[in-house]
Amino acid sequence: MNEARPVILHLEDAHQAYPDQGRMRTVLNDIDLKVRKGEFVTLLGPSGCGKSTLLRLILGSERPTQGRVLLDGKEIQGPDRDRGIVYQKYSLFPHMTVLQNVIFGLEMENYSMASRWLKRHKFLRHRKASTDRAREILERMSLGKDLNKYPHQLSGGMKQRVAIAQAMIMEPKILLMDEPFGALDDSTRTDMQLFILELWERTQMTVFFVTHDLVEALFLGTRLLVLSQYYTTARDHNEGSKIVTDRGIPGDHPKPTSFKSSPEISQLIEQVRQQGLDPSIARHIHDFDLSHADAYRTVDPEEWGPTP
Amino acid sequence: MGLFNLNARPGRKTAWALSSMLFLLCIIGYGVTAHIRHQENPDDNVVPTFSEMWDGIQRTAFEPDRNDELRLWVDSLASAKRLGYSLALLSLAILLGLYMGVFPYLEHIFLRFVLFFDKIPALALLPILFIVFGLGEISKIALILLGVFPTIALDTYLRAKAIPREQIMKGLTLGASDFEITYRIVLPQIMPGVLDTIRLNFKAMILFLIAGESLAASVGLGYRIFVVRRYVAMDIIIPYVIWMSLLAFAADVLLRIWIKKRYRWVGGES
Repeated sequence: MNEARPVILHLEDAHQAYPDQGRMRTVLNDIDLKVRKGEFVTLLGPSGCGKSTLLRLILGSERPTQGRVLLDGKEIQGPDRDRGIVYQKYSLFPHMTVLQNVIFGLEMENYSMASRWLKRHKFLRHRKASTDRAREILERMSLGKDLNKYPHQLSGGMKQRVAIAQAMIMEPKILLMDEPFGALDDSTRTDMQLFILELWERTQMTVFFVTHDLVEALFLGTRLLVLSQYYTTARDHNEGSKIVTDRGIPGDHPKPTSFKSSPEISQLIEQVRQQGLDPSIARHIHDFDLSHADAYRTVDPEEWGPTP
Repeated sequence: MGLFNLNARPGRKTAWALSSMLFLLCIIGYGVTAHIRHQENPDDNVVPTFSEMWDGIQRTAFEPDRNDELRLWVDSLASAKRLGYSLALLSLAILLGLYMGVFPYLEHIFLRFVLFFDKIPALALLPILFIVFGLGEISKIALILLGVFPTIALDTYLRAKAIPREQIMKGLTLGASDFEITYRIVLPQIMPGVLDTIRLNFKAMILFLIAGESLAASVGLGYRIFVVRRYVAMDIIIPYVIWMSLLAFAADVLLRIWIKKRYRWVGGES
């Protein structure tokens, strides 16, 4: 990646804890992260490690109990139009057609509910422009024939494409994706992976992609993060997940489909498994693979212990 | 015979015949009973014959009474008005439920109160209503509202609460304001369900209407059947009861068809 690109997302000592049986249970333990514009970051981790929690911190639907989450240097206050989101489920508004779903955001831009009626004429012109734009995007995604369908009439893959269009039309600074292809069958999933890669290449957007599929993570991303609750420190007892791997994914981006069956990938998969996904191989905090140029961390001396 | 065959698939005509069977049986059974009783006592008025009931309908529906009014229609209109006002006011229950479901502060203010209110038997409040509001229209409409308002509000609340959090987050990332999320994402999605609940509560509303009318009214379907009861005028009471049931049934069917037509998107989760 071009290192001169500006840092867009910045997490500093982010902790997240939830009340659980009368005490606070830490889920995220000291997350440090810098993401530059245009990166395709994939986040991987064993189930229950808090991947979605981390995503919610970036989305702003939750605030960290400690530390900061910054977007363009400003602390994130709540979900807003700087970050788009594509979920696995509930990805579309079921009561709106494909077209209505996609123009929903644009339509409201600059027009509150009242001004939509007070400045009716201007609003209608604005809506016409939004509709044209949405139509164009949907046509490019080969959904031109389905503009007036309701979500329940669409296949899983089509729904996710519409959801991506809905988020992308707002031109968010980061596109967040929470296991967006997790519920799709294999061939549709491959199609969708190629689709998102093509979109990423064309628009140069920043993507933060959560998945539990190792192959998907390595195939799509330029950078791989592994969040894991399986690690050891100088302390006897550890709670909450840390980023145990932060590395670039070697090779060209986007990758050719053949990468998925190459010997390279099987080697990478083995490495990553050992680094954080296998509970029986818990790495020591000294041995985390933080080889990405932007990887950084602040260390708690108590956890670090005496340097060997 | 496939009476206890799990996998039976009766044809169209058979299905119709089976569905009408009990209706026919009742009508025939009634006709026979009336016939037998009239043979024993031609003046029997407990089980009027069909022709006597037809006379009753003629008299109430098409012949002016002492006050020069066509009773059945005047009664129907009066009752329909009371129900209409109550339905209009029930939209406030939908609004309250929606706000409780969407805004946590309003939830805390109203939820316990409405829950408690819901447990008060509305009919027990009737004497209080009569004392406070008098015997006029207000007490009758108030009774219907007290009876179903909390149910509708709580149902709407639960439905609004059940909208996945993800959709609200998504709305925010698309730049929607709190009110836009309330009125453009939450309300339209719960509306078909809420209308269904209102449909199911028609029965309760009519119940409260008749209770109110039977105690204090000078016109209305419920009022009439209780008045003519004094003369054991079964030839009027039975047609009135059937008329009320038909009206309720028709309203139910119409609303159901409308929901189906208006909310074409209902058909699966997204």
